[in-house]
Amino acid sequence: MQNIILQATNISKNFYDPVTVEVLHNVSFGIQKGEFVSIIGKSGCGKSTLLYILSTMDTDYSGELMIDGERMAQKKEKDLARIRNEKIGFVFQFHYLLNEFSVLKNVMLPALRLNKYSEEVIREKAFAKLDILGIKDLSEKKASQLSGGQKQRVAIARSLINDPAIIMGDEPTGNLDKKNSQIVFDTFKHLSEDLKQTLLIVTHDPSFAESTHRIIEMEDGRII
Amino acid sequence: MTLKLLIQIAITMLRARLRQTIVAAVGVTFGITMFVTLLSFMSGLNGMLDGLVGNRTPHIRLYNEIEPSKNQPINLSEAYKKDYNFINSIKSNNSRQEIYSANKIMQTLKEDNRVLGYSRKVASQVFFNDGAIDIAGFMNGIDVEAEMLLYSFRDYVTSGNPLDVKNRSNSIILGKPLAEKLMVSIGDIVQVATIQGERFQLKVVGYYQSGLADFDKTQSFASINTVQKILGKPSSHITDIQVKLKDMNLAPKTAKEYRQVFGVSAQDIQAANAQFETGTYIRNLISYAVGITLLIVAGFGIYNILNMMIYEKMDTIAILKATGFSGTDVKRIFMLISLSIGFFGCLLGLLLGNTLSRLISHIPFNSPAVPTIKTFPVDHNPVYYAIAIIFSLVTTYFAGWFPARKASKVDPVVIIRGK
Repeated sequence: MQNIILQATNISKNFYDPVTVEVLHNVSFGIQKGEFVSIIGKSGCGKSTLLYILSTMDTDYSGELMIDGERMAQKKEKDLARIRNEKIGFVFQFHYLLNEFSVLKNVMLPALRLNKYSEEVIREKAFAKLDILGIKDLSEKKASQLSGGQKQRVAIARSLINDPAIIMGDEPTGNLDKKNSQIVFDTFKHLSEDLKQTLLIVTHDPSFAESTHRIIEMEDGRII
Repeated sequence: MTLKLLIQIAITMLRARLRQTIVAAVGVTFGITMFVTLLSFMSGLNGMLDGLVGNRTPHIRLYNEIEPSKNQPINLSEAYKKDYNFINSIKSNNSRQEIYSANKIMQTLKEDNRVLGYSRKVASQVFFNDGAIDIAGFMNGIDVEAEMLLYSFRDYVTSGNPLDVKNRSNSIILGKPLAEKLMVSIGDIVQVATIQGERFQLKVVGYYQSGLADFDKTQSFASINTVQKILGKPSSHITDIQVKLKDMNLAPKTAKEYRQVFGVSAQDIQAANAQFETGTYIRNLISYAVGITLLIVAGFGIYNILNMMIYEKMDTIAILKATGFSGTDVKRIFMLISLSIGFFGCLLGLLLGNTLSRLISHIPFNSPAVPTIKTFPVDHNPVYYAIAIIFSLVTTYFAGWFPARKASKVDPVVIIRGK
């Protein structure tokens, strides 16, 4: 069991506005190191809500969450930010790059925040990550000058920069056309198979889910 | 390292919104410019107005007041010691106006280290004869060198050399309006009569102009010896000792002490010129109020622009938080933005304020009331610059604090899921 990266136990969450609705009900599962897991389910089944709880950004839930052997409950906002910074990489549906910064700087930012290596080392690492994604030549461009698919790949590079324990994706191909979706999917595949990166991806695309190691299907706030 | 990163992010965000940044900074610059200029100018004017009285008014004036004796003989009588003694219609006796043992007092003053200096004076009422009419006035026998040193006597003698009064026997400096009334000019002889009716001829060697026309209409100055001679008094006859202290604020306390120690009347400058103190205070209050209002308005400008910036940058804040920046980090970024707008706006404001107040100090200003001043008085006091810096940083700190706190509380989930 030492290789469990993420362990969720009895996670429940309610929305109270306007009436109390139970979005998640006693969700429990674990993710092993190196696993490529997808969560699928219909719109509104709570899969994104679950992901944001797992990502530590949403702290309003009951149940227990362990990431890389650490309990998340009762942790302060500052410590959670540190864990997100160090252990979790994010890829969202929308790319969320900072338009004012260059591609390279966007990728470097989380590592600069972590402040573990010197700026020179971080720059080298950022180049390496961009190289993995085949967009090394775009490094000096502004984020706003890229195409949708390129932006998403930069976002993936950014999620990799701190060598996180797990990468989480919220519909990372949701905004992309077929060709770009394929590129992003192949990238994840490559990360999983060649680099043994742990991945947890929320998607509603069955063909995407099918080619992952494990599928967690959700309905009405429960795993089925 | 983290701070360096936050500074980099703040700078990038500022540069991305350069125009807004400049508008916000210009608000602060304007506020600081006006604050510094206003205060320098106001305090220059205040200094001038206070100088009208303060420069030539002693901090403490020692003299003998004509008043009934407080210690009536009956109080000394052993027989009535235990009784209440009522005496009606007490009159002042014809006591001497001179200060008793003036030399001893001056000796003591010389040794008092609170005292910057003192000057002796013999004041007397005289009549200036102009044909058939007598004009009542005052003649002040002064120690010219001490007066020049302590009370800028030189500044008020608009023509002629004040030292002539000392160096030439039987000479006099007349108030300019008095000289005009007597129709005498420098070099002419003026006839002076004492109350006792003795007449003397004195040579006019200069004009005196203080700025207070009514005062000048009656004043004249001569050397102590001259006045003593006219009055027929010995050289020990001194009616006033004018003391200048190192710290003017000690005047009331010191005056009280001298009253007890020397047994003379002692009037301090604060009691003698209370209205000037009040005037200065109110003028200062108004200029500070206006200056601070300007800065607060600038603060609201920064507040608005930062608020707008935060709404525009919601995505950026959300992603910074998602990738591991804490609420404190985000708050620091926006505080840095606010404080740097405040700092650079303030720096430019100080520069412009200095330029503007220098310009004002070169504008000609000729007033018959203040003969010594040729341009607008401006007080380039570094204290105002320091206040401006501190206040602009405090204002921008609070202007930034509320939006920054709002930014730090942004829930990334709400923003990211909202897309």
